[in-house]
Amino acid sequence: MSEPLLSVQGLEKHFPVTKGLLQRQVAAVKAVDGVSFEVRKGETLGLVGESGCGKTTTGRLITRLIEPTGGKIVFEGNDITHMSQGKMRPLRRDVQMIFQDPYSSLNPRHTVGAIVGAPFRIQGIKTEQGVKKAVQDILELVGLNPEHYNRYPHEFSGGQRQRIGIARTLALKPKLIIADEPVSALDVSIQAQVVNLLEDLQNELDLTYVVIAHDLSVVRHISDRVAVMYLGKLVELADRKSLYESPMHPYTNALLSAVPIPDPKRRVERERIRLQGDVPSPLNPPPACRFHTRCWKAQEICKTVEPPLQKLAPGHEVACHFPENAPAAAAEAAPAAV
Amino acid sequence: MTAPLDAPGSDLGPGILIAERPGIPIVGRSLGQIAWMRLKRDKVALAGGLVVILLILVAIFAPLIVKVLGQDPTQFNSDMIDPATLVPKGGTGIGPDHLFGVEPVNGRDIFSRVVYGARISLLIAFLATVLSVVIGTLLGVTAGYFGGIVDSIISKTMDVFLAFPILVFAIALAGVIPDTAFGLSGDTLRVSLLIFIIGFFNWPYIGRIIRGQTLSLREREFVDAARSLGARGPYIIFREMLPNLVAPILIYATLLIPTNVLFEAALSFLGVGVRPPTPTWGGMLSDAVRFYTVPHFMFFPGMAIFITVLAFNLFGDGLRDALDPKAR
Repeated sequence: MSEPLLSVQGLEKHFPVTKGLLQRQVAAVKAVDGVSFEVRKGETLGLVGESGCGKTTTGRLITRLIEPTGGKIVFEGNDITHMSQGKMRPLRRDVQMIFQDPYSSLNPRHTVGAIVGAPFRIQGIKTEQGVKKAVQDILELVGLNPEHYNRYPHEFSGGQRQRIGIARTLALKPKLIIADEPVSALDVSIQAQVVNLLEDLQNELDLTYVVIAHDLSVVRHISDRVAVMYLGKLVELADRKSLYESPMHPYTNALLSAVPIPDPKRRVERERIRLQGDVPSPLNPPPACRFHTRCWKAQEICKTVEPPLQKLAPGHEVACHFPENAPAAAAEAAPAAV
Repeated sequence: MTAPLDAPGSDLGPGILIAERPGIPIVGRSLGQIAWMRLKRDKVALAGGLVVILLILVAIFAPLIVKVLGQDPTQFNSDMIDPATLVPKGGTGIGPDHLFGVEPVNGRDIFSRVVYGARISLLIAFLATVLSVVIGTLLGVTAGYFGGIVDSIISKTMDVFLAFPILVFAIALAGVIPDTAFGLSGDTLRVSLLIFIIGFFNWPYIGRIIRGQTLSLREREFVDAARSLGARGPYIIFREMLPNLVAPILIYATLLIPTNVLFEAALSFLGVGVRPPTPTWGGMLSDAVRFYTVPHFMFFPGMAIFITVLAFNLFGDGLRDALDPKAR
């Protein structure tokens, strides 16, 4: 196991809710509330969860687009949690972000050349044969025609636009790429192309990805490890194989059972878990285990004691008092450990 | 899933397919070119634009036009006036020498006065608009981009300006300022004063629009993308946001000009504009009120204002449709 490229410890982001003339803080939306994980060099970590669970906020915290309330972000041994924007500038070459909406992430008034060349200009990087050559090389790398250099984003389809966005991300040869729902705005047929492109680029350029998504099949396709978030907390973190084949957290189970199966015969055989009610408001999350309001296994302890994220099998961490599919010894140890 | 990445046509829009037939070079169209194509189809707006250009040319070449016709705008032609009624002989005095006739009482040539009036009117309207646009854009972008307390202060200032009784202020100021002030005198001082008053009190209109646009642009992901690349505030404002604000700025500037023409005319009408004998449309209207029996005196400067305002408005509306087809 190589050393972690990125380490996130107890990361928190609380958005204040203010009221009145004096902007008095009356409450806080706990979008991300104590998330810890590590990303190793060369791997792909999938971050999944329902809408509003804090996945995107986590991504934006790592790229320092928003300021964390608490916790720690360590990138290559540097604590970047509260690093000033000035000091952060050189580091931004190494951490880049792919955005969700290719219709909003490209400036409509700039040419493709200006968009993909912006990283060079902003970071003040000189290239050997000029920016234009460098940009055209990158365009070719992501499967676009280098002659598109002088065209505008509105002349491209969604998939091509996302390729332009990826080209911009790659311009500075980053080490870590945060991909925030990179394919959710695209057609399914184009999704596959873009996902494959991301995988090819990873092999070619030795990239590390954190892929934020709500589509479990996309995450399964691309990830080495998967982290499941619920209401601002990590509930399960495991290798792809063990997460998809033997999920331990009831929430993960419910999520996986909601993935549509294209085969009607197999569909009948499967037991579908239907969660009751809505996700509680992050303004006032349930105490202790945040999933207890919707969990069919919940007992008294779930409402009073918060289950810590603990390793129940090799490479498989889960935060639950009553995990499923757990190895026998671990299952017994789990409630006792609290 | 295994389709080759650059298979022709697999991932291309319909318009691009046509452009990429062999032999036909790829020609990208900028948004500006597309807007120009849309504008060319709008005949009413084009007519408005043509009149606007004509008016500007008239204003620029006013001395030349007047010289060709041989009539000075301030020269009295007492021989044209019937001394008993003070009305031009024959009612209007319209003839080959005086295309629009002459004024009652002193017999000045109305055509050359209307032509010269275009100078004052357009100069003040244009420069006041520039002043409003510069202040409005700077403060609007600042308020929208930084938000929070900065936004509160600027927005409240806009409210104060909008509530300000500008007409009363203009009248009062025009009365107080002496003939020589700030190192300026005569018409230069009056024109500067009018530009300042009109421009300085009109910026909140465009400021609010730019603030709103900036607020929505700020949430677009390309701004986040620039920030995640390490771009600083000025880069984001000038390189990322301002190109997207050009369209609304252009549209509202074009629509602000006729408002300013009207405002200048109103101030001149009230006698606080440029002082006589310098010809202004508003001033001519004001003089004409006393001679309602001689309708041509009122008709020509009135038509000049009307045509100017209409042309700018038609052109501005067409420009908006061309630049921003969604905002109909």
